[in-house]
Amino acid sequence: MREPTWFRWTRRVGLSVLSGFTLLPIYVMVTSALKPLADVQGNFAWFPTRLTLQPFVDMWHTIPLARYFLNSVVVSSIASLASVAIALLAGYAVSRYRFRGRQAFSVVVLSTQMFPGILFLLPLFVIFVNLGEATGLPLYGSRLGLIITYLTFTLPFSIWMLVGYLDSIPRELDEAAKVDGNGPLGALFRVVVPAALPGIVAVAIYAFMTAWGEVLFASVMTDDSTRTLAVGLQGYATQNNIYWNQIMAASLTVSLPVVIGFLLLQRFLVAGMTAGAVK
Amino acid sequence: MLETVEADRPAEVAAAGSPEARRPRRELLPYALLAPAIGLELLIHILPMLVGVGISFLKLTQFYLRNWKAAPFAGGDNYRIAVEIDKPAGRALLHSFEVTLAFTLLVLAISWGLGLFAAVLTQRAFTGRGLVRTLFLVPYAMPVFASVITWSFMLQRDTGVVNHVLVDQLHLASQRPFWLIGDNSFLSLVVVTVWRTWPFAFLCLTAGMQSIPTELYEAAALDGAGITGQLRRVTLPLLAPVNRVLVLVLFLWTFNDFTTPYTLFGKSAPRQADLISMHIYQNSFVNWNFGTGSAMSVLLLLFLLAVTGLYLLVVNRSGEPRTSDA
Repeated sequence: MREPTWFRWTRRVGLSVLSGFTLLPIYVMVTSALKPLADVQGNFAWFPTRLTLQPFVDMWHTIPLARYFLNSVVVSSIASLASVAIALLAGYAVSRYRFRGRQAFSVVVLSTQMFPGILFLLPLFVIFVNLGEATGLPLYGSRLGLIITYLTFTLPFSIWMLVGYLDSIPRELDEAAKVDGNGPLGALFRVVVPAALPGIVAVAIYAFMTAWGEVLFASVMTDDSTRTLAVGLQGYATQNNIYWNQIMAASLTVSLPVVIGFLLLQRFLVAGMTAGAVK
Repeated sequence: MLETVEADRPAEVAAAGSPEARRPRRELLPYALLAPAIGLELLIHILPMLVGVGISFLKLTQFYLRNWKAAPFAGGDNYRIAVEIDKPAGRALLHSFEVTLAFTLLVLAISWGLGLFAAVLTQRAFTGRGLVRTLFLVPYAMPVFASVITWSFMLQRDTGVVNHVLVDQLHLASQRPFWLIGDNSFLSLVVVTVWRTWPFAFLCLTAGMQSIPTELYEAAALDGAGITGQLRRVTLPLLAPVNRVLVLVLFLWTFNDFTTPYTLFGKSAPRQADLISMHIYQNSFVNWNFGTGSAMSVLLLLFLLAVTGLYLLVVNRSGEPRTSDA
């Protein structure tokens, strides 16, 4: 069908405005990261007059960025891998079997996903502190403690998304695997997992991204040695100076890996995230 | 042999009528597969929630934090403090609740509107469509703290791009306004949150539109429906199931948002933009009063459960007839 002229113009104008809105912070981030400190302390300038890569060098020294980076990588990786592993078994059970309590389990998983994080943060903090006092187990302020709190949000949506992916794998595959002499676990790991691999990777990446950007738990449950990027970047604002150019350089550096990962896997991610809504 | 879920295959549905299949087998395997997940759910969700309810009845201040067993019993005091609207604490909570509700409804409406607008505009193929779609996903893919910290730079009074454009280039104001404190902080919070929220609405609505058969549009066009007519008669009714979930998810996410205000304003948000998660956080980790903080969390949870329950009830009832004739 031919498009009327008004529609074509609405599209041109509408999408241009939205693209501008979307691009503005990205533009500011990239150009400010390339400016010397003096140029981000005065009035804003659209076009950098003195280009420098110095902020990308300095950002590692102003705060212990490398340590924060390592903390974020370790905590996010372990939290996402652990939740995907556990969620895969649970998701397979929910997707392939009818059993008593299946409905109840799904409801609990779905509802914990929408509870505010603050609801779990307060009691977990009190539990960690008191457990540490009683047993000497240093959960509060440790990476392990942070990983446990991250599971509160990575696990429910991993289960939820994986049930969706596994539902889309034809059951004939399970049957065929069983005919070939596999047990249910053999069918899961030899046949279903390879077939669902893109989906499983997508869930893991999504869990990683969510953990990577988490602020609420990290702001309370970490100390200086275990701080993650999401909270650590605040350190560029010191008593004397706010190193905006380094903040922008660091923000760009910590965004790039996850944005690239997301865009590469967007087909699978979008399918998983919207599965619940479109079904 | 194990019983598998076969509801989507007609042959199996018929087989399910046989006496052997009708009786549910007591299988241990699904429970074994679920055991790690259930164990963790109990440990990280159920137990903390019970502890949280327990704390809400204690006078748990920083003196007792390391030894909660010594904290005196408070009865309903924490709840009374939270809901007494003629006292400062209760009034502050009510104010925070009102701000959060206004904020959530605004962000929800604008994000959904922009998402639908962009999804309709990118529904038909044109040069550059893939590029635009990918670009719109970037705010969603970026870590929130990184993008919001950039926004806080843009909203700085003296060095930010926003005042540069409004004051220096467009001369809309003679004085440089503050964006991160005072009345403007609410507006700033809404704009920043919309920036990172609307792409998700766009994503879901685009996916929903892709599952609408093109024949329906052809049929509507034959009936003489133009672009707006097709939107009203085909797109919107068929998007109803997507919208039902999308609106709820957007509501809950926005209502519970913590990362955006925390990154934008720091540990204590301005009064005008004091979202409920920030408010409870501040009560607990700045004023160190965990008892009232927990009581407020419990009240928040009850509110969210009531809203969600009511929403599902209304939506499912009004949604029934439409889905049955679609």
